[in-house]
Amino acid sequence: MDIAVSDQVQAGNAVQTEQASAGHPLAIEARGLVKRFDGTLAVDGVDISVPEGAIYGVLGPNGAGKTTTLRMLLGIIDPDEGVRRVFGHDRPHDIARLIGYLPEERGLYPSMKAIEAIAFMGALRGLSLPEGRERGLELLERHDLAHAADRQIRQLSKGMAQTVQLLGTLVHRPKLVVLDEPFSGLDAINQGKLERMIRALADEGTTVIFSTHVIHHAERLCEGVAIIAGGKVPYAGSVEAARDRIPAQVRLETRAREGAWTAALPEDARREGDYFMFSLPDTGVEPLLRQLIEGDAGILSLSIERAGLHDAFVHIAGEAAAKQLEADGHAGNGQ
Amino acid sequence: MSASNEVDMSQKARLSNFQAAMVVARRDFVAILFSRSFLFFLLGPLFPAVVFGMSGGLGAAANQNAPDVRIALQMPSEDMAAILAAHERIESELGRGGVPHFYLFDPADGHDTIDPEALIADNSGIYGAALTGTLEEPILTGTQDRLRMWSGHVTMHLALARNQADVSYPALSTSLVTKSGATTKDRRRDTAQISMTLLFLLMMLLAGMVLSNLVEEKANKIIEILAAALPMEAVFLGKLFAMLAVSLVGIAVWFSLIGLVILSGSDFGNVKQTLMGMPDPGVGWPLFSVLFVVNFSMGYLLIGSIFLAIGALASTVREVQTLSMPVTMLQLFIFFFASFTLIDGAPVLEAMAILFPLSSPFAMTARAAQSEEIWPILIAIGYQALWVAIFIKMGSTLFRKRVMKSGGGGHNSNKRRWYQFKRSTS
Repeated sequence: MDIAVSDQVQAGNAVQTEQASAGHPLAIEARGLVKRFDGTLAVDGVDISVPEGAIYGVLGPNGAGKTTTLRMLLGIIDPDEGVRRVFGHDRPHDIARLIGYLPEERGLYPSMKAIEAIAFMGALRGLSLPEGRERGLELLERHDLAHAADRQIRQLSKGMAQTVQLLGTLVHRPKLVVLDEPFSGLDAINQGKLERMIRALADEGTTVIFSTHVIHHAERLCEGVAIIAGGKVPYAGSVEAARDRIPAQVRLETRAREGAWTAALPEDARREGDYFMFSLPDTGVEPLLRQLIEGDAGILSLSIERAGLHDAFVHIAGEAAAKQLEADGHAGNGQ
Repeated sequence: MSASNEVDMSQKARLSNFQAAMVVARRDFVAILFSRSFLFFLLGPLFPAVVFGMSGGLGAAANQNAPDVRIALQMPSEDMAAILAAHERIESELGRGGVPHFYLFDPADGHDTIDPEALIADNSGIYGAALTGTLEEPILTGTQDRLRMWSGHVTMHLALARNQADVSYPALSTSLVTKSGATTKDRRRDTAQISMTLLFLLMMLLAGMVLSNLVEEKANKIIEILAAALPMEAVFLGKLFAMLAVSLVGIAVWFSLIGLVILSGSDFGNVKQTLMGMPDPGVGWPLFSVLFVVNFSMGYLLIGSIFLAIGALASTVREVQTLSMPVTMLQLFIFFFASFTLIDGAPVLEAMAILFPLSSPFAMTARAAQSEEIWPILIAIGYQALWVAIFIKMGSTLFRKRVMKSGGGGHNSNKRRWYQFKRSTS
């Protein structure tokens, strides 16, 4: 008999929305954010809490309201209703030096040298230009781009220019880094690099919040996510809790096809080829296993498969949003 | 220590608005100053000057080659001789340009009669009028405007031709004065008008530069980075400062070049002669020069803040052109409106021109030329600065409300959104 648990089943440790922040001061706290553009409701009552030091994802299809939400959190635009606090401040511009922001539409002055672009972005956040240049050079060296320091942005490849902009976002050593669709337009290698950078930032205690329409980035990186669809946030909390919203699935393979033991299977059990699939009973698998063994079902294998974030997204945001998310992922950036 | 604790020192966690504006201004100033577009901007006035010079030269050449319009004269020979003698005498008193000239159809040469109407209608265009008959019964034939223009002259010629001996021109003694209230007022008005026109031309030339700035910024997609890091008011102010500084550099270069040309001895376009002929403005030349620069700066900031808001709202050059057209028309209107300050007896219009923020710099420039009082000008400068702040605030608010929106999400998403900052993000 082969019994496997394909992911860590942490029955009973479902973390509900908002409890993710328990015990941690919040880097970002938003309550009931509403934004209308000419009567069009772009964001409708968004609540988000991001603990300090966390990696947090804002997950949703294009047009869901991710960018508008991030812009409100950053103070680029003000919400029509609701409150937002960044490190306890109502006005994010008051603590601009603590924040780094990479917008979705990457932008740099084409005629600027890479090192000057980084220093300028630092200057926008209060760093002196000489200090910005010094730190910029360190960052470029660390990312094997020192040779590009004196090259104009227009002379850099797209990937290099994006890296330069990201380094400009980090040059002033912010405590909160907000990245809007940071993986879009990057090839697989650079996506991997960016994931490592995000993890490194979090390891240093920096809070990272990023938006994405690609679930596996959020699943791999984030402790918490806000699922956003149609301007609303139907779920905000830990990734684990989101996954726990769907019961784990049991995959059972037996030697016997029929028998009295089938009566012991849960009501939702269904056949998929050689397997029975059903939700993990509340009582766990042990009572079921006992009955199957006693019924001589001949268990060949039994695995408990935990729901992924994609399943959770479908469950929470609906099939339509999930399909759009998938389509965005394919059409958007080849991810 | 958590970041929340660290940000207790929040006053150090951001730049002041002025510092923020200076960060933007410094970048823009350096970038524009060392760009090719600045070179073209410096050369800009050369093109109209060259066109002006060429058209002036062509015009002069055309005038030189154009037939001198004359009066066809056909009378008995002795009458014609008397008229010619009178003509020489009048021309010696009034100068060659002051009197019409005659083309003689002398009977002695076989011209017994002429057809005045046919001569005047002739396409050669030489004959503007015809004087026929005799000294006692002269007939002047011509179009209405020619008759109005030449009747007096012809009458004077005829009178002198009849009584050459009895007419004497007395020697006129002259006494020169250096100051005349009427002249000073008139000429200060000229100074005011020239200054206002110069101010208008400079602003027209330079304000357009502001327009393209934010469009370029949006094309570079960097505006969101600026908006995230700095208050939008500071971004706008920084951009205006940079453009103002660039324009002042441009003006300094142009005026230095004109100064050099004048110092070199030439007087291109009679600039030196015009300047030397201008009377002292009411507040004196040194202060007037300073006030001219200040008024230019305020006017530029005022119109620039409007252009900047337009540039921020537009996403393409075509949109900029469409949106800026009314503002350009407004500039023209403002200039003409401000000209009311030059009219005597229109105090209400003058007050309106001073109070309307966009025309105020023009009106106060005119006032500095004509009046010796300084305090109203200083008050007006403060008033204009207040309006600059209001315009910047309005522009940045508009920018944040109308431009920093994204995506086709939310409800009612079929509404038009051509002005949106970007169309395909969430």
